[in-house]
Amino acid sequence: MNLRRDVFQAIADPTRRAILLLVAAQSMTAGAIAANFDTARPTVSKHLQILTACELLKQEQNGREIHYHINAKKMKQVADFIEPFRKMWEDRFNKLETIMKKYKSE
Amino acid sequence: MERKTKINAEDGKQDLVIIREFDLPLELLFKAYAEPEIVEQWMGTKVLKLESKKHGSYQFETTDTKGNVVFKANGVIHEFSPNRKIIRTFEMENTPFGVQLEVYEFEQLTDDTSKLNMHVIYESVAQRDQLLQLPFAQGINMAHNRLQEILNTLK
Repeated sequence: MNLRRDVFQAIADPTRRAILLLVAAQSMTAGAIAANFDTARPTVSKHLQILTACELLKQEQNGREIHYHINAKKMKQVADFIEPFRKMWEDRFNKLETIMKKYKSE
Repeated sequence: MERKTKINAEDGKQDLVIIREFDLPLELLFKAYAEPEIVEQWMGTKVLKLESKKHGSYQFETTDTKGNVVFKANGVIHEFSPNRKIIRTFEMENTPFGVQLEVYEFEQLTDDTSKLNMHVIYESVAQRDQLLQLPFAQGINMAHNRLQEILNTLK
């Protein structure tokens, strides 16, 4: 496997994106994460390994269990947090434009 | 598609600027902000009151299909210069986001195009950043809910 594991490579895979969304809601153990997928447990482990290697996930020892949680700082690199805000206004203004164009032709 | 809407939000500041160019004559763009029944259509909220004049006030309210109020906002208008400028306050009720000051500048580009420059000033840097992140957080939540629905059907 390619050793260059950057964040963008990590999120290119749909299963890994799904894992990130799951863990974003609450920190979970590998077993709890794997229970959400039909894929074999070792495959999920490999995905977790990759996500941890590129620091999107962090491991936390919790008694005898290891919990995975989101590394918000690193996630910011992936999802420019302003973009959804911009998109919200873009959609709103597009609607305004469409409505007023119709208004003009009426 | 071309990105027509630009957001300028500098780090550590308590304001931001939203700029958009429209394929609309200036008069029509301004009308979309002045007429209650038009505001209702593109904002997707009920306009309970909109007095488009100096010292006028406005009230928006959105209800879900069950009739519960999910969004309520109000403000007062400090300046209303047709086809040129609106200054108003905006407050989302029952939220920690405070009152924001909004300065809208409308500009004609050509006979058929116009530009809106919207300057929003928040009470604090923290409140601005919180509001900026709101759609991002909602997006994550929605994606997660969709995922949860899919997972539920697999069980």
